Amino acid sequence: MQKLKLVMVGNGMAGVRTLEELLKLTPDLYDITVFGAEPHPNYNRILLSPVLAGEQTFEEIVLNDLDWYAQNGIELKLGRKVVDIDRRNRVVIADDGSRAEYDRLLLATGSNPFILPVPGHKLDGVIGYRDIADTRMMMETAKVHRHAVVIGGGLLGLEAANGLKQRGMDVTVVHLGGWLLERQLDETAGRLLQTALEGRGIAFRLGGVTEELMDNGDGRVCAVRLKDGEVLAADLVVMAAGIRPNTELAEKAGIPCNRGILVSDTLQTFDPRVYAVGECANHRGTAYGLVAPLFEQAKVCANHLAQFGIGIYKGSVTSTKLKVTGIDLFSAGDFLGGEGTETITLSDPIGGVYKKLVIKNEVLVGACLYGDTADGGWYFRQVREGANISEIRDHLMFGENAIGDVGHQGQNSTANMPDDMEVCGCNGVCKGTIVKAIQENGLFSVDDIKKHTKAASSCGSCTGLVEQILISTVGGAADVKPKSEKAICGCSDLNHGQVRKAIRDNHLTSISEAMQAMQWRTPNGCATCRPALNYYLISTWPGEAKDDPQSRFINERAHANIQKDGTYSVVPRILGGVTNAAELRRIADVADKYQVPMVKITGGQRIDLLGIRKEDLPKVWKDLDMPSGHAYGKSIRTVKTCVGQEFCRFGTQNSTQMGIDLERALSFMWSPHKVKLAVSGCPRNCAESGIKDVGIIGVDSGWELYIGGNGGIKTEAGEFFVKVKTAEEVMEYSLAFIELYRQEAFYLERTVHYMHRVGLEHIKKAVLHDEARRKELHRNLVFALSLQSDPWKQQIEQPALNRQYQRIDVRPLESV
Amino acid sequence: MNWLDICALDEINPLGSRVVAAPGGDIAIFRTASDEVFALDDRCPHKGGPLSQGLVFGNTVACPLHNWQIDLASGAALAPDVGCAHRHLTRIEGGRVQLALNSKEECSPS
Repeated sequence: MQKLKLVMVGNGMAGVRTLEELLKLTPDLYDITVFGAEPHPNYNRILLSPVLAGEQTFEEIVLNDLDWYAQNGIELKLGRKVVDIDRRNRVVIADDGSRAEYDRLLLATGSNPFILPVPGHKLDGVIGYRDIADTRMMMETAKVHRHAVVIGGGLLGLEAANGLKQRGMDVTVVHLGGWLLERQLDETAGRLLQTALEGRGIAFRLGGVTEELMDNGDGRVCAVRLKDGEVLAADLVVMAAGIRPNTELAEKAGIPCNRGILVSDTLQTFDPRVYAVGECANHRGTAYGLVAPLFEQAKVCANHLAQFGIGIYKGSVTSTKLKVTGIDLFSAGDFLGGEGTETITLSDPIGGVYKKLVIKNEVLVGACLYGDTADGGWYFRQVREGANISEIRDHLMFGENAIGDVGHQGQNSTANMPDDMEVCGCNGVCKGTIVKAIQENGLFSVDDIKKHTKAASSCGSCTGLVEQILISTVGGAADVKPKSEKAICGCSDLNHGQVRKAIRDNHLTSISEAMQAMQWRTPNGCATCRPALNYYLISTWPGEAKDDPQSRFINERAHANIQKDGTYSVVPRILGGVTNAAELRRIADVADKYQVPMVKITGGQRIDLLGIRKEDLPKVWKDLDMPSGHAYGKSIRTVKTCVGQEFCRFGTQNSTQMGIDLERALSFMWSPHKVKLAVSGCPRNCAESGIKDVGIIGVDSGWELYIGGNGGIKTEAGEFFVKVKTAEEVMEYSLAFIELYRQEAFYLERTVHYMHRVGLEHIKKAVLHDEARRKELHRNLVFALSLQSDPWKQQIEQPALNRQYQRIDVRPLESV
Repeated sequence: MNWLDICALDEINPLGSRVVAAPGGDIAIFRTASDEVFALDDRCPHKGGPLSQGLVFGNTVACPLHNWQIDLASGAALAPDVGCAHRHLTRIEGGRVQLALNSKEECSPS
């Protein structure tokens, strides 16, 4: 088949990222030609400041070397500027006369520095700060000249000023605004920053209006004259007064532009064959100048270039970080606030710490931090997720560590972590290794880090921590997304919510059907998406969708818990933790007969037989003659109980019987993640109901229900849900909540995270305020559970299932 | 070549596996969605996890212990991991899976 021709104009970060995404999707769809005006392959433009400051070299910031272009069959035309597009004949023409035909054209022309049109702006020694040539020129100038003036006190200007100062020049920053970084900081933080930079010897002229750049008589700049008459000596003038989208080429070709090339939500310009991404594009009125939004655009654009036609870019929330070593500031979202917003402020001018959080309708919408930015990434995540913060409002200012305890999931700040501290326990990856991989390979997402270092690629419990390291290393460029926005895995661009919806809306009942309908990129998925799809299918269409054992992790396929030596552990069901002599005798006999290396009482009031060989599992189950306790699955686990009213002198309710009834009702239930319950007979709460997915506490007048508790990686106390009078109500409300969770949670999302995502109010509305809905949810779960039976029995009785436990002995073939 | 008779192809589930008790240790036999059959020592090069218990997709198995991904055809761990699960030869004759034990041979990264 004749390949289509894709031409890209501009060889910068946004454009090349689009090509990378495209090649991942369809490596063979296009013959690709790239025109770059600079004589370099794609480099990491946001690291120009560390190069200027002498902290990194140019070679270190190259993202795609020439080999990369060659390996991907991309024709790279460096040092050639495209000067014209003939849209009728679909040809681009470069300044050396070379031409390239296209079927699709991608404009990634970036931006130009805005050069103030003051007298003298064309003199030698007057430059913008956009590329490696500017950076090198500044480095050379610093060797022979003394005085530099930077016009503009924004991010770029301050980074340039800092770099030039590091290289030994006297630097003055002329800034029109009332304080530094007025687009990133409020006035208080801006003043703190100014004091810190003045401490490093950089001078400032705030409110300074540049009137003229003066000639030394040789055509080189020698001074800057301000409107108030002051004259500043200047051998070098860096214009950092903003950038302008580079739309010259597009405008010449008649493509509509208005402060950027106008693009749709699919990054398409007015001409459907022409796309635009990056700083040159104007999306819904915004031309982004930060790298993270550009990468989001790249992803969407690549998807459409690949002819997949899914994915919409809706704009980005951005965060910024100043890359000046030793100065910590961070801002995200709407940090200035305004009408309808509330502000929480912490200000310690002597200690050099200032924090401001902006809240609107109980949601964090912006943050501005100076001096202590350890929680920047966490605040940024809150802003992006738009989660309701009313319950943590009084701790919010004190950061993530103040919210509950500190655990593995990225809940502690990474900034103070030593380099040799292990982050990923599964694969033994230390912080230093991750930071190094990020810097050397130019990584911007957790997925990239997984691929390069293996961190967070096994159990995933350190994903949050890895994400924080990423944010603290590359700042706002980090490509972090909440699970609700992330693609389910590399096999599809759809996120969990979209997959669930598609399965429901299109009545999909098998994995192959679902993969086909949703255009999965891989023939049979991967170890991440198949278990999720299987769960979504069986929970959405109970009785219709057929469970696929091959899409389950080994524990759920073998109905036992795999141990590190490949043996299994067996936990029979012991309802409510209540057993009897006959059961205990059978367990003891099994332990003897199969020489079980360890017999252990579990935290869930059951008995665990550890170290069973797989081929013995069916025999063990048969001899036990007890149903599966599901101690191995994303499923109901156990209902822990206390002694309760029957024997306990404090008991107010029959908690044991309530627990037994609940556990029996929920037997063999599959769920997005494990589900644990507890029932206590009085507020002394001996069954620890406060840290269970559903916790029930008996009181004199009835029962209190708590939901969303968790005693795992990070301890979470359950939220009070409702108080009811009767055991029947306990059953109905508990099951209704669990069914809502089963229907709405993402795979591998515990109740606490589900609750934080959708909000407690949403759950209350469905289960408490709407009786019909509650009864329907309850009915649905009872129906789904009526189709389930003891998996151990099935494994013993059905030959097709039993096969996996039988080892095959080798027999030589007679005729060889 | 010393071929051993293992089982009927139908006795391995598609995207599933079986364990063969061979004299030199367990061997995992995998069947892909396209009915190709591969055999590897049942030991992940990482920490010895039983690969037979992993999830099979495409021509890859994910180890059940730490999710290392092993290419079934070569036995090589997929990047970024480095390692090799020793591979054996298989063929299907008249609907039956046959195995030939492969004395030491390096795995050829695919």
